[in-house]
Amino acid sequence: MTLTVRLNHRLPAFTLDVAFDAPAGVTALFGRSGSGKTTVVNAVAGLLRPDHGLITAQGITLYDGKTNLPPHRRRMGYVFQEARLFPHLTVRANLKYGAFFARTSADYDEIITLLGIEPLLGRRPGALSGGEKQRVAIGRALMSNPLILLMDEPLAALDDPRKAEILPYIERLRDRAIPVLYVSHSVAEITRIARSVVVLDQGRVLRQGPVAQIFADPALSTYLGPREAGSVLQARIAAHEHDGLTRLDTATGPIWLPQIDAALGTRVRIRIAAQDVLLSRIRPEGLSALNILPATVATVTQTDATSALIQLHLGTDLLLARITRRSAEALTLQPGTPVHAILKTVAIAPGDIGGT
Amino acid sequence: MGDLTPQEWQAIGLSLRVSLIATALSLPLGIWVAYLLARRSFPGKAVLNGLVHLPLILPPVVTGYLLLLTFGRKGIIGQYLDMIGIVLAFKWTGAVLAAAVMAFPLMVRAIRLAFEAVDPKLEHAAATLGAPPIWVFLTVTLPLILPGIIAGAVLAFAKAMGEFGATITFVANIPGQTQTLPSAIYAFLQVPGGDPQAFRLVGIAVAIAMGALLVSELMARAVQKRINGQ
Repeated sequence: MTLTVRLNHRLPAFTLDVAFDAPAGVTALFGRSGSGKTTVVNAVAGLLRPDHGLITAQGITLYDGKTNLPPHRRRMGYVFQEARLFPHLTVRANLKYGAFFARTSADYDEIITLLGIEPLLGRRPGALSGGEKQRVAIGRALMSNPLILLMDEPLAALDDPRKAEILPYIERLRDRAIPVLYVSHSVAEITRIARSVVVLDQGRVLRQGPVAQIFADPALSTYLGPREAGSVLQARIAAHEHDGLTRLDTATGPIWLPQIDAALGTRVRIRIAAQDVLLSRIRPEGLSALNILPATVATVTQTDATSALIQLHLGTDLLLARITRRSAEALTLQPGTPVHAILKTVAIAPGDIGGT
Repeated sequence: MGDLTPQEWQAIGLSLRVSLIATALSLPLGIWVAYLLARRSFPGKAVLNGLVHLPLILPPVVTGYLLLLTFGRKGIIGQYLDMIGIVLAFKWTGAVLAAAVMAFPLMVRAIRLAFEAVDPKLEHAAATLGAPPIWVFLTVTLPLILPGIIAGAVLAFAKAMGEFGATITFVANIPGQTQTLPSAIYAFLQVPGGDPQAFRLVGIAVAIAMGALLVSELMARAVQKRINGQ
């Protein structure tokens, strides 16, 4: 395992008791604010000494109760929520600072190109926008040639346009060999970036596994709340059609979305909120909705007095639909029932799905 | 105003020398003590804090007398210094010690405030980039507290220039040897017809103090601009 974390630490509100392994690629640490995410990352970075536990990275023991490597000997690149650039140094000097203490040097030019920070090099942090600062901070962390990159809500302090500006750069990190532990409370961010996810609640691991599986888990949707519950599907760009729509192939059929700027054959992830899925026993006719996919009911979960969550098999993918209990009974939905899923809105997360 | 007499020149020169040396010598210790008080917790911290501030609240003549008891030729420490040939009492070097002790609380206070204003999160960031603690201090903390160090040094220098009570008690008022600017002003005021000379020295003291303040203000502003990262 790339990163192994076993932690037991007393906090004022609760006791943190987590155990998880992060494979290669981007692993998201997901949970509400105050669930202990930052504490876990700080322990991995060596900024906090846990009461008990074991932390190893790439086979090196960082902490095991006796050994406790100080932060400067752990080689963890840390991108904080606030960029924490050194205000008295230029962007160039901030980047060099990261490289100065590294045993093996990172590719300076490549990192600058990757993050598009060439025009900023001569400036000081005070003259940068929030998004620019965060890109420099990512660059500085990469310059130290870390074993693992830790990112603690790197987008949380930014407004939506700034988030949109940085996300593509973070997505590019997926293609690098370096494993990333990405802390976030945003489902949209995680489904776009991460490969696997560890869900934290009150200092405990609620669930861990591949993103597509975890977010399609009805049991988790009560934790996420009705608006965030949803699933992630794999799709492939199949055709750009003459009326401006792009056809994507999913496991059980085609769907159409407004023009997507991506080459044919590109694999994309699409995110579908549970409340945006309608179900029908027969294939509906005369409906304006374009995106109708055949599926099979996997599980039926009653979430509260009036609604139910239906987990559907879509080939090897999982889809989540929220409908009323009355409808579930009227349609006599049971595991194995064949249905048609009508997708009202689909959000697309461009980029490769790193390693599946 | 007329030309200054040799005695006046000596007083001015001695005051400048004493104040500069006192400031320069106590600065490293001042930074260290400010660091201890701002960042560390240890048993006896309150005692250290009290000791540092004692010269600020004791009557200067008491501080001077305590220096005499400690560093006089028969003093607790002075007798050993005497053995290796170092004599402080009634020498200009003693004036340096008196000025440094009296100015120390002001210096430490300014630097301590600067330490407390540095966000430890920046130091943590430096550590995660692989910087050992001493490097973090030299490359992050020290540059960021520079305005505080300048302010502390200038305050200490100004205080040392004006030090009178402890100095005259510890090293007396020997023209050409231990007579600093304030001691000279005092001496001129004691003799009939000395008022014009005293007045001239007062003008020079004011000019030096204002000049120091101005220089420190300009330096601090330039440094602050750098730190704000514009």
